[in-house]
Amino acid sequence: MSDITAEQVAHLAHLARIALTPHEIEHMTRELGQIMSAVERVNEVATPDVPPTSHPIALHNVFRADVVGNTLTTAEALAGAPEADGTRFVVSAILGEEQ
Amino acid sequence: MSCPEASGTLAGSGDSGSGNPAASELIRLTAAELSAQLVAGEVSAVDVTQAHLDRINTVDGTVHAFLHIAHERALTAAADIDRRRAAGEKLHPLAGVPLAIKDVLTTRGMPTTAGSRILEGWIPPYDATSVRRTLDAGMIPLGKTNMDEFAMGSSTEHSAYGPTRNPWDLDRIPGGSGGGSAAAVAAFEVPLALGSDTGGSIRQPAHVTGTVGIKPTYGAVSRYGAIALASSLDQIGPVSRTVLDAALLHDVIAGHDPHDSTSLPDAWPSMVEAVRRADVAGLRIGIVRQLDSSSVQSGVSTRFHEALVLLEKNGAQIVEVDAPHFEHAIAAYYLILPAEASSNLAKFDSVRFGLRVTPPGGGTVEQVMAATREAGFGSEVKRRIILGTYALSSGYYDAYYGSAQKVRTLVQRDFTAAFEKVDVLATPTAPTTAFKLGEKLDDPMSMYLNDVATIPANLAGVPGISVPAGLAPEDGLPVGIQFLAPAREDARLYGVGAALERALHAQWGGPLLAQAPDLTRMIPLEGGHR
Repeated sequence: MSDITAEQVAHLAHLARIALTPHEIEHMTRELGQIMSAVERVNEVATPDVPPTSHPIALHNVFRADVVGNTLTTAEALAGAPEADGTRFVVSAILGEEQ
Repeated sequence: MSCPEASGTLAGSGDSGSGNPAASELIRLTAAELSAQLVAGEVSAVDVTQAHLDRINTVDGTVHAFLHIAHERALTAAADIDRRRAAGEKLHPLAGVPLAIKDVLTTRGMPTTAGSRILEGWIPPYDATSVRRTLDAGMIPLGKTNMDEFAMGSSTEHSAYGPTRNPWDLDRIPGGSGGGSAAAVAAFEVPLALGSDTGGSIRQPAHVTGTVGIKPTYGAVSRYGAIALASSLDQIGPVSRTVLDAALLHDVIAGHDPHDSTSLPDAWPSMVEAVRRADVAGLRIGIVRQLDSSSVQSGVSTRFHEALVLLEKNGAQIVEVDAPHFEHAIAAYYLILPAEASSNLAKFDSVRFGLRVTPPGGGTVEQVMAATREAGFGSEVKRRIILGTYALSSGYYDAYYGSAQKVRTLVQRDFTAAFEKVDVLATPTAPTTAFKLGEKLDDPMSMYLNDVATIPANLAGVPGISVPAGLAPEDGLPVGIQFLAPAREDARLYGVGAALERALHAQWGGPLLAQAPDLTRMIPLEGGHR
């Protein structure tokens, strides 16, 4: 089950938007295989009758009051951006050549 | 507010009277002692701050606990506290006491990197709630402490800015991910620090540096402004040299925050009161059979069992308990954490903050994003993002993430069953003393196994404390003992921690850190990591 291939790692890297180098893909394929073999142990005890827990101390329906509070100004929100035009974040083309 | 004219009529920082201790003594004082002297006017906040900044200047080139030192800002804040106190303003007892902040917490106007290149130079526009509360109490932030990148690691070697060194032995790790906070406190650079604990990142560094670290109940301290690693596991907590000091900081930062939807609405009892009432008579302490194994280093085991004997002499009852699913906790953790981290770290997209790397010849926003994340993330972060992406991908979700969530239920059930028999659980905080820098860097699984005793608490949301238990006879390095309590019973941990600390200090004739090497006599290492 933990037979992870380099092709899989390359695909995962694409999904995660990390441009891994071929060397990194090779290295990570080996490491992930080892790690997955170890963590697969969860299946030894995770039987169908056990319900999953997503959160250690569950709270339900947490909403804040619907009132206007202090928020960041546009200038503050844009201050850390690599590129901004004063009112908006600036990015390069969103559509690739294939679109 | 203070009256501006009052400052001129009162003693300035250089004239605090004959009771003014020397700087070398000030840095040795606990936060509680500093507070008493500040309130009594025996010392000024500026003197206290300057003494600690001087200490940082002397030893941090060697220890490298800090990523950013807020020299000017700290002195300005300290002068302001002195002015307000002199004007008769009623201040929090910790006003004027220095604090170090783990670089995972956002600080308005102060760089915050989470130990990552991708956030190099970022100045947050807001304070984390935990930080805000310490500022409101008048504490003086001296700077930001080093950490494994995005808190992923147990050694601080995964910081993009170079490792922190253990003040007990400069060739060894200070623990992680909060090695900077623990080392800063252990090296007397600061009396108190904030940490974050996702799988042991406060408690394991405390264990290897002879300091105190607490992971509060999940939701006790706001996570607002804590750069998220794994949102269902992360918790902010105090790092200190004594249990009382940790309690003082805990009382400042805990409590409901509407900015964090997982923040508990509970009213919390005073942890300081719990320390003052510390008594283990009649307390039932459970030893987890599964964590008291032969894989624990002999000196760690020796000090652990000696501490238990001491607690027994003070009236505690020691009981063996089973937690059969704890052995599966690491496996579950290393599925849940990467899964949540892969999602949380998606925000580093080269658009809103941090680094942007454009591929040669330009590219679409997605290509820019991928190039930025390749350049900005270190190897451990990439490893866990890919691992998390895999664990969450269709076809594997049930077998990995789904099963891990079931193990989480089983670990919680183990805790529930154990706490029907005992009031707290005790374990060695980590299986070994500080290992050597570089020793486990190329072996991720071996690094992960170091968290065996700390992870169950994060999976179940229960609080945990690590208190110094002595030095391992074979290597002379610090050993910690961990106590775990049911959710919301953080005060119980402060009680048992303080009682043990009192008994051990009596045995040692003072705190364990009094036995630490004198850093000013150590030759600075080559190749500083600044």
